Amino acid sequence: MIRFATLIFILFTTPLRAEIAIQEVTSPGGITAWLVEEHSLPFLSLEIRFRGGSSLEAPDKRGAINLMTGLLEEGAGDLDAREFAQAREALAASFGFDVGDDSLSVSAEFLSENRDQAIALLRMALIEPAFDASSIERVRGQVLSHLRSRITDPNAIASTTFDALAYGDHPYGSYNSGTIESVTKLARADILDAFSRTIARDRIYVAAVGDITATQLGDILDTLFQDMPETGAPQAGHVAFDVPAGITLVDFETPQSVALFGHVGITRDDPDFFAAYVVNQILGGGNFSSRLMDELRENRGLTYGVRSYLLPYFLSESIMGRFSSSNDSMAEAIDLVRDEWQKMANTGVTAEELSAAQTFLTGAYPLRFDGNGPIARIMVGMQIIGLPADYIATRNDRIRAVTLEYANRVAARIYKPDALHFVVVGQPDGLQSSQ
Amino acid sequence: MRFILGFLAAITFSISMSPTMASAGQVTDFRLDNGMQVVVVEDHRAPVVVHMVWYKAGAADEPAGRSGIAHFLEHLLFKATTNMEAGEFSDVVAANGGSDNAFTSQDYTAYFQRIAADRLGLMMQMESDRMRNLLLSEGDIATERDVILEERSQRTDSEPGALLREQMTAALYLNHPYGVPVIGWRHEMETLSRADALAFYQRFYAPDNAILIVAGDVLPDDVRALAQQYYGPLAPTGNLPERLRPSEPPQLAERRLIYRDARVSQPYVKRSYLAPERDSGNQTTAAALAYLARILGGNSATSVLGQALQFERQIAVYSRAGYSATSLDDDTFSLIVVPSQDVSLTEAEEAMDEVIAKFMQDGIDLEQFERIKMQIRASEIYALDDVGDLAERYGRALTSGLTIADVQAWPQVLQAVTPEDVMQAAQMIFDRNKAVTGWLMQESTEETQ
Repeated sequence: MIRFATLIFILFTTPLRAEIAIQEVTSPGGITAWLVEEHSLPFLSLEIRFRGGSSLEAPDKRGAINLMTGLLEEGAGDLDAREFAQAREALAASFGFDVGDDSLSVSAEFLSENRDQAIALLRMALIEPAFDASSIERVRGQVLSHLRSRITDPNAIASTTFDALAYGDHPYGSYNSGTIESVTKLARADILDAFSRTIARDRIYVAAVGDITATQLGDILDTLFQDMPETGAPQAGHVAFDVPAGITLVDFETPQSVALFGHVGITRDDPDFFAAYVVNQILGGGNFSSRLMDELRENRGLTYGVRSYLLPYFLSESIMGRFSSSNDSMAEAIDLVRDEWQKMANTGVTAEELSAAQTFLTGAYPLRFDGNGPIARIMVGMQIIGLPADYIATRNDRIRAVTLEYANRVAARIYKPDALHFVVVGQPDGLQSSQ
Repeated sequence: MRFILGFLAAITFSISMSPTMASAGQVTDFRLDNGMQVVVVEDHRAPVVVHMVWYKAGAADEPAGRSGIAHFLEHLLFKATTNMEAGEFSDVVAANGGSDNAFTSQDYTAYFQRIAADRLGLMMQMESDRMRNLLLSEGDIATERDVILEERSQRTDSEPGALLREQMTAALYLNHPYGVPVIGWRHEMETLSRADALAFYQRFYAPDNAILIVAGDVLPDDVRALAQQYYGPLAPTGNLPERLRPSEPPQLAERRLIYRDARVSQPYVKRSYLAPERDSGNQTTAAALAYLARILGGNSATSVLGQALQFERQIAVYSRAGYSATSLDDDTFSLIVVPSQDVSLTEAEEAMDEVIAKFMQDGIDLEQFERIKMQIRASEIYALDDVGDLAERYGRALTSGLTIADVQAWPQVLQAVTPEDVMQAAQMIFDRNKAVTGWLMQESTEETQ
């Protein structure tokens, strides 16, 4: 095979940080990655994503992809699980394997002095995992234990109930680790199938930050991915978020109820997304200054914390929120959330709120870029949602470009107080399921 | 007067980089004339600063019967002062693109903001204000007390594992206040008053009882000038009493308990031993215990408990050993075993004790020891990537009776630990008379100890 030199495009993302230079690297074998060189600390943070994740689940095999992901580090090549762990520890490298609804993620950190050996080990996990019978049983036991714990966890019950209502038979409609029944039935062949569905070259995104040059990174990319299958399962299709308005009450004996609520939302590539993001910051954006926090916590002491969030999954989009409140105050808290939703849809935000949210969001953005690991995670996330490298330099301008009139038009568009559905787990006074 | 900035729009992208400097993690320390200790940790890779004030006052410093007041006061520090309205502190931080929060432990209460480096002076202005000028209205007290009760409901009363931990800790300490939960006992939290909060505030919130830690894209001389400007004028309390808490009597009897809860679907067994913590100038035993925790119950594929209970036999789905090393008084060393589905807690506990007994006889696998030593050494390099974490190390240590020299010696102390040190430390702590064993069980489960 002809080996081409590593291709590099450099994009300077001024004015955010004078020296943050994202290089777009293409390996001799044709794998692309984003790189920020940072030679002041002798280690590398490497982030890899495979698009699809547990949304690529085969029918009736719920939990196979999650179990497979848990097994990647449990023996590979000629090393069994314990030997693999010993080898990794001897290098003081850390590998993390995780799977979500939209992607499977691999996070690695290793010292420059051990780079080649760490990459060789990581390659084994990604290319030749063993999936041996004893590891499958051991990790299956861990997953089943976790699934048993969820049966009596009100937060888990709320999520499972809401997802089933919203997404039905789509993979989003069930917990991605599966159920006790489905995981108990999984065979080794299902794990192998999950692996070939999920891990493939046509769905890779890579970011690296640290003590490495573009040429060295190019070599690493080929070592890691050259022998990977070209393609896996086709990506799943879009699913409508489809829950009628109302309340679903799940009876559960506990002094404090959990509420999870939401309705249909807005896609990540919608032109109104930035305005929606700013408006949501004002309604329930996680810090102490939001309207929901003010009304429920600061003014009335009904909860320890409440937030609302846009949830732009790759295959569906919603606006959600969550809080806990004592059984005797849950009904009052839900009324307040509905009122705030209504107010936002009717009258939107004030000029002062908009300005404060914009200042917060634009000021907070550069603070995210504060270490090799965080920068690598941001860069890989940008790639998988299709943002260009120069997005970093333009992002704050887009936040600032949201005018009051525009923000309020979008608020009226996206907040639908009459569409809100609440799943409440607990024994709240004076609340019952609709219908 | 209020701390409102004239032109917010201008600040957002005026963040400029200071010249790149090679050393991340450079530490400078000094003391202000009023006794306030200052630590600066430099990291010039990003234009960010973490500003923290740590008070040497935690839940274990509370008066008897007023449990939760240290944490309650932490919440109340976000209310009005003579210069700011309730909630204004966080609003100003957010309006400058920063985030802020606070946390309380048995030994300290800490407040922090993470913000653009050129906002440091503003943070100091506000933080120094609330160190001495808190007002507290009765309305704030009533509402915020509901918030901390909801917090207790969410984080403790809704979590059977947290309730087990609370019961075990209460049983472990016969006399020392570590037996009382930081969040407080509910019946005492319900009676916490404005007077309680102010008494705790006036006793402990003072520059000579506080440590300022500034980490990030800052230069020590600039921090010194700002600290002198904002914290320097605060009057010290003076004559702060030494932090002597009621101490433990000889512990003569093993304690065992079962916590049953209908919300448990995965039972487990946990054992907590009383264990020494890092002492100033004498950190070797604590360092040895840090190794012991990793050797016995670190990564399950390589740890002694994991290999024996999860690999050689299928007794457990999870096993871990835990030890935190940094506290003012004697801490805990804990073991946990989550049994496989058809394994009883009796069997799980017996298997755990067999593994420990065998380890005490066989000693340490030297290859495992060397791997752990290498990982600990490497963790010092990885740690430089997170300056906020470095700042917290200093905060925890300096509020736990340690000095800056102790913090800086700790990596070398860890590298100097020998397998013999570890076995000696294990010999010392594995005494069932100084331990609590707890079982977490479902209400209906039939099993007796």
